[in-house]
Amino acid sequence: MKAVCWHGTHDVRVDTVPDPTILNPRDAIIKVTSTAICGSDLHLYDGFIPTMQSGDILGHEFMGEVVETGPGVTNLKQGDRVVVPFTISCGSCFFCERDLWSLCDNSNPNAWMAEKFYGHSPSGLFGYSHLLGGYAGGQAEYVRVPFADVGPLKVPDGLSDEQVLFLTDIFPTGYMAAENCDIEPGDTVAVWGCGPVGQFAIRSAFMLGAERVIAIDRVPERLALAQAGGAEILNYEEIDPGEALKEMTGGRGPDSCIDSVGMEAHGTGPISLYDTVKQAVRLESDRPQVLRQAIAACRKGGRVSVPGVYGGFIDKVPMGAFVNKALTMRSGQTHVHKYLRPLLERVQKGEIDPSFLITHRLPLEEAPRAYKIFRDKEDNCIKVVLKPFAAAV
Amino acid sequence: MEDSVSKQPSKDTEASKLERWASIISGGALVLGGLQQRSLRGILMAAAGGSLAYQGVQKKSTLKQVGEAVGIEKTILVEKTVTINRPAAELYSFWRQFDNLPKFMRHVKSVQVHDAQHSHWVANAPLDQSIEWDAVIVDDQPDRLIAWTSTDDAEVNHSGFVRFQPATGDRGTEVKVVMEYELPGGAVAAAIAKLFGEEPEQQIGDDLSRFKQLMETGEIATTDGQPKGA
Ligand SMILES: NC(=O)c1ccc[n+]([C@@H]2O[C@H](COP(=O)([O-])OP(=O)(O)OC[C@H]3O[C@@H](n4cnc5c(N)ncnc54)[C@H](O)[C@@H]3O)[C@@H](O)[C@H]2O)c1
Ligand SMILES: [Zn+2]
Ligand SMILES: [Zn+2]
Repeated sequence: MKAVCWHGTHDVRVDTVPDPTILNPRDAIIKVTSTAICGSDLHLYDGFIPTMQSGDILGHEFMGEVVETGPGVTNLKQGDRVVVPFTISCGSCFFCERDLWSLCDNSNPNAWMAEKFYGHSPSGLFGYSHLLGGYAGGQAEYVRVPFADVGPLKVPDGLSDEQVLFLTDIFPTGYMAAENCDIEPGDTVAVWGCGPVGQFAIRSAFMLGAERVIAIDRVPERLALAQAGGAEILNYEEIDPGEALKEMTGGRGPDSCIDSVGMEAHGTGPISLYDTVKQAVRLESDRPQVLRQAIAACRKGGRVSVPGVYGGFIDKVPMGAFVNKALTMRSGQTHVHKYLRPLLERVQKGEIDPSFLITHRLPLEEAPRAYKIFRDKEDNCIKVVLKPFAAAV
Repeated sequence: MEDSVSKQPSKDTEASKLERWASIISGGALVLGGLQQRSLRGILMAAAGGSLAYQGVQKKSTLKQVGEAVGIEKTILVEKTVTINRPAAELYSFWRQFDNLPKFMRHVKSVQVHDAQHSHWVANAPLDQSIEWDAVIVDDQPDRLIAWTSTDDAEVNHSGFVRFQPATGDRGTEVKVVMEYELPGGAVAAAIAKLFGEEPEQQIGDDLSRFKQLMETGEIATTDGQPKGA
């Protein structure tokens, strides 16, 4: 089959590889009809996530048709159309039982590696480094899905791939980010990053009752899309977000701040140069410019929600502000399984049509170009969907 | 205050070591915490208090003496604990059937059960070799503890126990494994040392993760055999 493989920094290729097979009783094989490139994939593309190996198949946002099931999977049958959470979860451990699916104890065969980095291992993820399981991803014609009896959700008739594909990651991710803000009536939520995650965080914050959302980025078309979603916007290259946020909130600061940028934040000023240099020579694994700003801007007693991915260590975190303003911080890879059904319902009821985000629809073969334009925000690219079985264009 | 601290005995006496071992086996103490002991087997014998008739005399094998003489004698002692979201009784029953062990212990190729107490173990060694020994159960407390040790004539002195303790607040069962491989020296020692590599802790930890996966999910997470680009 054809699959998008990682071969090094800024080197992804469409390779011909063997088809996946059932390896465990609870596996299923899915024929991928749609798969997307995520901001998280860019951290791999840019070489910032350790333990990638040349030839690893990428992709964790995918959906398709069941073609084969292991003997332990009785709830799915051939031909079922499903969306698949990017987190791999067993459904029966302490964490899965408590709806903390991205913390599943049993899905990372390389848990020992993660334990070395983090003390404990989170769940395995599709196509996201050996540290997090080393599972082949879904930017491919076919993919093996472990614990297929608990993960994949059948898609009701009448909904297109594009309407439900983002249930696999970014819609739940934006939603969980907003939920982690414990929004109360009258709240103002600030969202750094108007990429796909930020866009869903903005819309979810309104769904959960925020009165105002202020969105921060520098890419015009992304800011425009945020505005279309009801947010007030700030271009951080034109105005210092800290000052502006204070002015816009009567001096109080936003009640909650969402960092939907993560470890590769673009920055201005000397401190960002410091991060760039330290990251380049591997003295600091992540560039926490946005996290710093969020902590500094947040109102006293407010919430900092971090869906943006960090991989390792960061410097110069304003811990003094964090403690003395009595802030709360919440984060995590998304507990996708928890949100699948409720968010599908919102799509069915027409409360949101997630396809608003898609700017590019391309065949799988074009993945190398797609990664590049998504990363460099060329051609107004906001979200790419790859179609492995699309007729050649 | 400082005076009274400095008056504490600075080293564990043999008797207090034995007490700590007994306490960890009975479940009173929770962590071994680097307590070193020349022979887990001797401890198990003493702690078991003859609850099972095991007629063995501690003797030093000649191989071991050779090993000591040339300085490659090595003891691997590891302690690992994992919490498993299943009742102790179920975990105990699965483990008690020793022929189940190779399902999750990667270095153990097979365990043949002879009778209620005796079994024959075969472990993988590098270069398609294997190492074999007979083991006997020296303590068996249903749903709580199983302790075993190799017999006197075994080439490898292997001892271990697994303890099952309910975790607080309905959080499953804490499973603690303590295992020791006392290497006699020579080729066998080299083979085992290589087998465990630098990090026996990690290997036993991995075995325990696999045990947990098997008991909680019915299968062991893997990516062996999945596709990959050239
Ligand atoms: N927690 C999870 O489970 C999860 C799931 C998916 C994605 N993520 C993470 O969320 C983050 C965003 O993902 P995405 O798909 O939206 O990525 P993206 O790269 O498309 O979006 C990031 C956006 O942040 C903007 N940005 C960069 N520096 C900034 C700054 N200093 N201030 C404000 N904005 C800035 C960029 O211009 C860009 O629009 C990534 O870190 C990704 O790994 C996390
Ligand atoms: Zn993603
Ligand atoms: Zn689980």
